[in-house]
Amino acid sequence: MTACAAVLALAGLFLAAGVARADLQTWKDTFYDAYGVDLNGFIEARNGWRLQNDPHEKDVSLAELRLQLEAGKDLGWGSFGLKGELLSDFVTDDYTALLRDGNFLFSPLAAMDVKMGRQVLTWGTGDLLFINDLFPKDWKSFFIGRDDEYLKAPSDAVKVSYFHELANVDLVFVPVFNPSDHIDGERLSYWNPILGETAGQNFFLDTEERSSFGRDSEFALRLAKNYAGAELALYNYDGFWKTPEGLDPATGQLIYPRLSVYGASARGQLWGGIANLEAGYYDSRQDQHGDDPLIRNSEWRFLTGFERELARDFTGSLQYYVEWMQDYDAYRDSRPAASPARDEYRHLLTLRLTKLLMNQNLVLSFFAYYSPSDQDCYLRPKVQYKIDDHWTIEAGGNFFYGSDDFTFFGQFQDNTNAYASLRWSF
Amino acid sequence: MKKTFSALSLATLFLTTATCVLAAPNVEEIVNKANNAAYYAGKDGKALVDMTITDSQGRTRNREFVILRRDDKDGGNQEFYVFFRKPSDIRKTVFLVHKYTDKDDDRWMYLPDLDLVKRIAASDKRTSFMGSHFFYEDVSGRGINEDKHELLEDGDKFYVLKNTPKDPVSVEFSFYRVWIDKKTFLPMKAEYANKADKPYRVVEALAVEDIQGHPTVTKSRVQDFTSGGETVSEFSNISYDLGLDASIFSERYLRKPPKEVYR
Repeated sequence: MTACAAVLALAGLFLAAGVARADLQTWKDTFYDAYGVDLNGFIEARNGWRLQNDPHEKDVSLAELRLQLEAGKDLGWGSFGLKGELLSDFVTDDYTALLRDGNFLFSPLAAMDVKMGRQVLTWGTGDLLFINDLFPKDWKSFFIGRDDEYLKAPSDAVKVSYFHELANVDLVFVPVFNPSDHIDGERLSYWNPILGETAGQNFFLDTEERSSFGRDSEFALRLAKNYAGAELALYNYDGFWKTPEGLDPATGQLIYPRLSVYGASARGQLWGGIANLEAGYYDSRQDQHGDDPLIRNSEWRFLTGFERELARDFTGSLQYYVEWMQDYDAYRDSRPAASPARDEYRHLLTLRLTKLLMNQNLVLSFFAYYSPSDQDCYLRPKVQYKIDDHWTIEAGGNFFYGSDDFTFFGQFQDNTNAYASLRWSF
Repeated sequence: MKKTFSALSLATLFLTTATCVLAAPNVEEIVNKANNAAYYAGKDGKALVDMTITDSQGRTRNREFVILRRDDKDGGNQEFYVFFRKPSDIRKTVFLVHKYTDKDDDRWMYLPDLDLVKRIAASDKRTSFMGSHFFYEDVSGRGINEDKHELLEDGDKFYVLKNTPKDPVSVEFSFYRVWIDKKTFLPMKAEYANKADKPYRVVEALAVEDIQGHPTVTKSRVQDFTSGGETVSEFSNISYDLGLDASIFSERYLRKPPKEVYR
């Protein structure tokens, strides 16, 4: 039923779009001339299916229609950016209006930029691995096969950047904590450590709200310098674990414990490719001795990667990443005997291969995460074809495998899915 | 100021013409002058580029971008800032290049939807520029020391040069011939020969205009005989010596495009 509605609505939209298409550029230009507003966007239909039965979730992993509209206006001394979406989600049976961007960018000083409002923020050197980028992620979107754009969730923040010969300084202030969209069983089944088994729509845990202005704010700082082609940076973050890494026994709620992160990164050319190195110390401030079994311990994280062109229009990259839990003995001693223990080190390797064909209109890509310590992996193959300057089709999959049900990727095994999409950009 | 400048460049033009009359310049001189005429006009420059890519079946695609360039000195290191306007799915994507004459370029790509500054490996410069039939090297220039140059012909209108790569493994051609206009020193045509010494790729200037005293290619085309496709680039809103600040070619302006790229 919903599928029929989706197809009908889609047909209608594309028909309308087809009619409008011939005059679209003229219309956009007229709009710009009249209001000085640059208008762009897309309409997209995207469907995904589980490739096996999941006792806790629907077979359909993704079924949605999305309209994105982006408007920008330059005032000379500053500029507005707006990006809104209308989403009709047939998996959750929801219609939603979302704001991805809503910000004002200006330069109060010659060497200073300020961006205020809702914005997507990224820094750090990892490829789909994040150490010092503690801006919110949307893991649900990532795992069900939405466009890569949606892995980054927007922040409601003020970003102040100061540019100086010695170093550039970026300070991000988030007045009210912006968590990542974590896996809670709504769309994806996962290992629930409290139940000691895989859970999904049958078991939702309450997650605490961190919404008090001032008390629940976040700060992120970066000092960056480009030194003879090498990009060097130092980072500091003060806020909370972005996913609920704690449990409050009194309320039975999942909580976002306090977290500080200190890190550094470097990126530059090496052996005809690009090499990167990044490290961070995650100070879990509500469990500094590691003896609270209900709150994640502090940890070190390291990452190193190398990317280069293997042949014409064919690029490959490798990354090694490790999470090293601190106070591991305290963790082992304090943890309830029944639940499976995490390893002291979680090693992870990633591989990315990208091949461009047919004047770069056909993109074959493959990304794999493999953890030798967890003995699990997550594969992301994708094919994208640009039919013309407006139409794009895409198909891909999210494959999870693991020896155990409780490891990072292994827990999502029943969510293994394939998806396809059709997008019309204007 | 402007007047002095154009008077100066006129004088230069006159002088170079005079030299031509006296004696044919040696090959290295021709190559240097052609390189400067094609890639180093003014201290900096700006152009709006409209690219039409046609595949072997006649299907076309469009790219529209603004390109900003700044030179350290003629024949020296350069910086390029390329801001995409069309198609809409790559709008606001920025491509930044720091080109060095003595080592590999530094390249970055900014993806606005993810706010991601991606560093790109620059090993192979003879790959397609944004899906067109132009190569990165056609846009930013091939290092003049990478080929051996021979003067094949000293004709009425053109110098014809044969260029043979010093490192044949690194490129797909065995040599290429270039027709250099004797007046402007602009390379008007480059014909690339494959390993069987047959031409398979031609890059040509289709129109040249005088802009601020610099003869400038305003329309160019590359034809690929192997695939049967071609790309035509038209350049408009061209200006030189804007006084572009070096800071424009840095991370700051990836996130906040400079006023020069807006319409």
